[in-house]
Amino acid sequence: MKVGLFIPCYIDQFYPQVGIATLSLLEKLGCEVVYPQGQTCCGQPMANSGFEHLTGGCNELFVRNFADFDYIVSPSGSCTLHIKDHLHVHDKEDAATHIRQHIYELSEFLTDVLQVKHLSARFPHKVGIHQSCHGQRGLHLAQMTELVAAPYSKPQQLLQMVEGLELIELTRKDECCGFGGTFCVFEEAVSVKMGKDRVADHEKHGAEYITGNDVSCLMHLEGILKRQQSKVKVLHIAEILNAAF
Amino acid sequence: MEPTTAHKEHAELAETFNKDEARVDWHDETLWWVRQKRDKMAWSLPEWEDLRETASQIKFNVLGNLHDYLLEFEKNAQLNGATVHWAADAKEHNEIVLKLLKEQGVQRMVKSKSMLTEECHLNPFLAEHGIDVIDTDLGERIVQLAKEPPSHIVLPCIHKKKEEIGDLFHIHLGTPAGNADPKFLTAAARLHLRKEFIQSRVAITGVNFAVAETGEMVVCTNEGNADMGAHLADVHIACMGIEKIIPQRKHLGVFLRLLARSATGQPITTYSSHFRKPRKGQQLHIVLVDNGRSRQLGREEFRNSLKCIRCGACMNTCPVYRRSGGHSYHNAVAGPIGAILAPNLDMKENADLPFASTLCGSCSNVCPVKINIHEQLYKWRQVIVQEGYAKTSKKAGMQMMNMVLSRPTVFKTAGGVGRWVMRHFPGVVNNGMNPWYKQRDMPEAPKESFADWYKKNKQ
Repeated sequence: MKVGLFIPCYIDQFYPQVGIATLSLLEKLGCEVVYPQGQTCCGQPMANSGFEHLTGGCNELFVRNFADFDYIVSPSGSCTLHIKDHLHVHDKEDAATHIRQHIYELSEFLTDVLQVKHLSARFPHKVGIHQSCHGQRGLHLAQMTELVAAPYSKPQQLLQMVEGLELIELTRKDECCGFGGTFCVFEEAVSVKMGKDRVADHEKHGAEYITGNDVSCLMHLEGILKRQQSKVKVLHIAEILNAAF
Repeated sequence: MEPTTAHKEHAELAETFNKDEARVDWHDETLWWVRQKRDKMAWSLPEWEDLRETASQIKFNVLGNLHDYLLEFEKNAQLNGATVHWAADAKEHNEIVLKLLKEQGVQRMVKSKSMLTEECHLNPFLAEHGIDVIDTDLGERIVQLAKEPPSHIVLPCIHKKKEEIGDLFHIHLGTPAGNADPKFLTAAARLHLRKEFIQSRVAITGVNFAVAETGEMVVCTNEGNADMGAHLADVHIACMGIEKIIPQRKHLGVFLRLLARSATGQPITTYSSHFRKPRKGQQLHIVLVDNGRSRQLGREEFRNSLKCIRCGACMNTCPVYRRSGGHSYHNAVAGPIGAILAPNLDMKENADLPFASTLCGSCSNVCPVKINIHEQLYKWRQVIVQEGYAKTSKKAGMQMMNMVLSRPTVFKTAGGVGRWVMRHFPGVVNNGMNPWYKQRDMPEAPKESFADWYKKNKQ
């Protein structure tokens, strides 16, 4: 099984440790993983700002980098969803379709494709899951509280395999953190207020760590936590699933 | 030229709203409480999701056959003795109403809740012509006394605290200063409104559902104010958007079950009043209003926004609405649904609204008629930019971003330089010019990108 590793631009630049943990985890689980050099971005920041017509260059690049893999895996629900929904290249539509149908966010790749049942990870801490919206409501990584439907959560399923880890309950299970791409700067006031409320929900329930499937949301929450000089830290789910502290 | 609007944009209005954080918390908690009541009611029906799907399909059929249903409704309403008026836009609607009022020679009349008349700005129009409209929905009466527009389509004064309502009533209705007891204030409002009901010869109501098969209209209220107005007046004017049609009476069994559960977490509104025929000596006028609806019907990607039954569930669940308040949307209909309806009414004035969202998708999930609201927000963003309503600075930023992200070497170099600058001259990004930094720390800039690490360790 040949897996192409897609590391979104801001993870590449600011959170390389998340890319390293993702790679290490996938290799531990027996995947042959290749990271194609020369990848940049899924195009989402432009598309969500109304400039989808400018994403042609990113799309071309993406197809060039990832057309030859059985699966494409990424430690970001949001970027994965963007590719799944919007990747089209005029003269390479077959390759684009293959990618759209075979790109997975990391935790769904572990639960659905690899069907992981055990992990040798240990993380003896109280952890809250920030269920990022695009992963949840877009990729259906977890059930949504708005729907009258049976609960499930792929990230939770994985975190429960980690030795010593204690999951905390939140008052608002799937409230948005307010990152929202360029929303975080163009609607700064509301974005920050949403982030503060999200952080407070975790703190109120005794979380030592906030984890999730999207570093973008975590970066936003981390920015708030640091400004508040909080002791609570953020970690991407890959870092915990790969942890052997 | 830079597009300019007559009002401040959502982000700025929301920032002002956020200056009082305790109030934002209160607003957020109040609406979240309504969302939770909705959840409880939804879970009480095992068939909830089927009900939503059924409602969505019925409305799909309505939108596909709107022309025929409207004519069927008109014919049956006329057979019932009603007079049917057609208004192409807000102006025509307002003029039709004014003409009817002039015929009656009235200077004052009552109106129950109608978001359509808010959309058409009927009250200020009639005021210009010397006619006072008394809103009889309690929440609407409160915002009317405060000279404000409603901030929510179901809960018009949800942004007001009871103490503020007490103050308003003290000034306008003469209640004792400092009395903010909701029961007392409601009783005072009732007395005040009774007088208006009794004196009013004309009553305007909105319409929740208009049944093509029977020519009847259903108006849902919790206060019975629509009934009080319509039953006491010589002339009942019902104003409705053309999308309010449902084919048959039996379909009410779907919509009435969904509406109040979604709106306020009640199994049904206190009053679901059917108006079919004018009583003897009474006139019943029905004004069917287009006001951009057929244009929206013609926009395939936005068509099903017309399925909306105005329950407001998308507002209660919206994390942005809860923390920015209804007035920040500067449109009669606020929140996520307002943000997909408003650009159709005036794209330039409302170009900011589809961006007032994180695209979290909660709105689409609570919508009782399954409108894909967050997907339409995304699509409106594309249309707004294509039509030239994006700011020049944003356009330039996006073009720059595209230039960098389409070229791996440029991306790599820019990233490396950027991180180096952040490490050595943090002041370049950690300053007041950077909206991220205002209330958030920047992420740490590592020496090595993932691509660098991979090259060194794995290749």
